[in-house]
Amino acid sequence: MAGDYPERPWATFPPHVISEIHRAADQGLYYIRGAGARRALPTFDDLVFLGASVSRYPLEGYRERCDTNVTIGARHASRPVELKIPITIAGMSFGALSANAKRALGLGASAMGTSTTTGDGGMTMEEREASETLVYQVLPSRYGMDPDHLRIADAIEVVVGQGAKPGGGGMLLGQKVTERVADMRTLPAGIDQRSACRHPDWTGPDDLAIKILELREITNWEKPVYVKVGATRTQYDVALAVKAGADAVVVDGMQGGTAATQEVFIEDVGIPTLPAVRLAVEALKELGVHRQVQLIVSGGIRTGSDVAKALALGADAVSIGMAALMALNCNAPLYLEDYEALGTRPGACNMCQTGRCPVGVTTQDPLLEARLDPEEAGRRVRNYLSTLTMECQTLARACGKSHVHNLEPEDLAALTVEAAAMAQVPLAGTNWIPGRS
Amino acid sequence: MTVETIDLDAAGVRALNRRLQGREGPVAGRHFIVTNAKGRHALAAGLTERVNVRIRGHVGYYCAGMNRLADVTVEGNAGTGVAENLMSGAVRVTGDASQSAGASGRGGLLVVEGSASARCGITMKGIDIVVGGSIGHMSAFMAQAGRLVVCGDAGAYLGDSIYEAEIFVRGRVESLGADCVEKELSAEDASGLEALLAEAGMDGDAARFRRYGSARQLYNFRIDNAAAY
Ligand SMILES: Cc1cc2nc3c(=O)[nH]c(=O)nc-3n(C[C@H](O)[C@H](O)[C@H](O)COP(=O)(O)O)c2cc1C
Ligand code: SF4
Repeated sequence: MAGDYPERPWATFPPHVISEIHRAADQGLYYIRGAGARRALPTFDDLVFLGASVSRYPLEGYRERCDTNVTIGARHASRPVELKIPITIAGMSFGALSANAKRALGLGASAMGTSTTTGDGGMTMEEREASETLVYQVLPSRYGMDPDHLRIADAIEVVVGQGAKPGGGGMLLGQKVTERVADMRTLPAGIDQRSACRHPDWTGPDDLAIKILELREITNWEKPVYVKVGATRTQYDVALAVKAGADAVVVDGMQGGTAATQEVFIEDVGIPTLPAVRLAVEALKELGVHRQVQLIVSGGIRTGSDVAKALALGADAVSIGMAALMALNCNAPLYLEDYEALGTRPGACNMCQTGRCPVGVTTQDPLLEARLDPEEAGRRVRNYLSTLTMECQTLARACGKSHVHNLEPEDLAALTVEAAAMAQVPLAGTNWIPGRS
Repeated sequence: MTVETIDLDAAGVRALNRRLQGREGPVAGRHFIVTNAKGRHALAAGLTERVNVRIRGHVGYYCAGMNRLADVTVEGNAGTGVAENLMSGAVRVTGDASQSAGASGRGGLLVVEGSASARCGITMKGIDIVVGGSIGHMSAFMAQAGRLVVCGDAGAYLGDSIYEAEIFVRGRVESLGADCVEKELSAEDASGLEALLAEAGMDGDAARFRRYGSARQLYNFRIDNAAAY
């Protein structure tokens, strides 16, 4: 009679856990992969907008203005960044991304009047030329760090951490470290390149304040200085970044994408974007600098409603990584046999670490890269950003707002107790905010 | 030779750097003396021209950070990150330097006549660093390129996770970090070192130095090395 028993799902050892144990036993090393957390998390999907009705009146969808512009960095910088939309492209390194992908992101962002960002590995002239507004990252590795690039950037982002790996350093596996990438990073080609998790010349908020001062001195106090943190102890980190003199704080939730990180980091370190936004806003309000020090939120932003909800909770702008890569065709159903060769399929791929990206986004292989036409892909990025913007405006108008920044927590209700607790908005149909009332 | 003196008590850091960066008029070939440094931060940082700057007194963090071409001398001690990310030119500290001296430097020469603290030459990318005295722990961590020359002793974990940088130490090395090994000092290495010492104005018999560099065992992930990552 064996085999006639109904099979019970094995909660402790689901198939992915079993196969990871087998993989670990074979390879003796953690699993390194790209993209963000795959586990289910409380997200913006757990919030809904309370559109206007009798008690509030909406704006006419196609007639009345709903502005989307945002100024970043007016706190200390003499040349703040002016963006037409509150949606920016997150820092992704040349090396992780192909040069064509970087160029396409620059073209798409520029067409929409928004910014793009360099990454670990330095600035390429292709991305500088393609990007009207370019944010230059200062990372712990300092790969390719160049004061001339600081001076030709429009803003500076000191990266303390990323949502995918708060407290962790970076890695770029040898198959992606081509001659050009290696040369930019002053490393031998083909090695597995590690990036440090701490900056080489500062630790802690008091040092950071002096580091920011130095960056400002080198760039004549012109450029806004952002500080980027992975979401963990967000309230403290944001407060300390403000104290250190940041013009803007970037908070990256645990869903945030990566090019290559240990899976335990991606899935098990950090807090989701949803509570992180609220904590960051609380910290800014407590210091009296909300809207004066801009809050840029990232990690799992996919739709115009995600954007609108982040803004309603108090963010000034959002930043997108994986979704922008998807606009470039990441995970699109093309070149199926190449996904198969990686042991994956469109819709399930997170193989950026291999350098064999089937659609030419995260690769340094010239043949694969040629699959991504920067002009065409740039238009796709523009279209995608344009859609997000229109969706966000539609929701804002429905809530009666003439600027997307006028959205507020009062416009939201939560569908789950978890989301209500994390976002501190009432559970739908109640006045109940867990922990408050 | 005309020398322009800038009193930091009167001018402030902002005006000093604007002047030295050539934002207030041409500076190439000029000589400056900076007085009343008083441990202020980011002095003579971000210079781009061939200027000669002598700073009287101790300086704070990131003095001469990210400079190109300039020749900067600190007549005193230097705080954290002196000559960090130096691109080219020269920086000399007549006293001691705090931690992370020459961090991520990409070119040029940093000379510390006294001793340097922890993380000297951390993640260096092509700079040459010559230290007359000793250096602290974790120096040349993840050092990628360039030469670190130490006339005294080196602290623990020297050259941990080092890439292609070279380290020369005349005194005792407390311990070597992961993947850092002693290498043979060839005649060619010795003559290069001799020239570097001369350029730094240090007398030292190159043959008495020992040379350290990467065993290159951590360049690609391997199970057998898991404990070293
Ligand atoms: C391919 C890739 C490369 C990345 N490289 C960097 C980097 O160099 N520096 C950095 O701060 N963040 C890097 N990130 C993280 C992004 O800047 C951003 O925080 C994250 O992608 C946002 O989450 P999302 O992907 O869900 O939109 C990278 C992300 C991806 C997907
Ligand atoms: S399609 Fe390319 S960019 Fe997208 S997850 Fe796969 S390898 Fe990464």
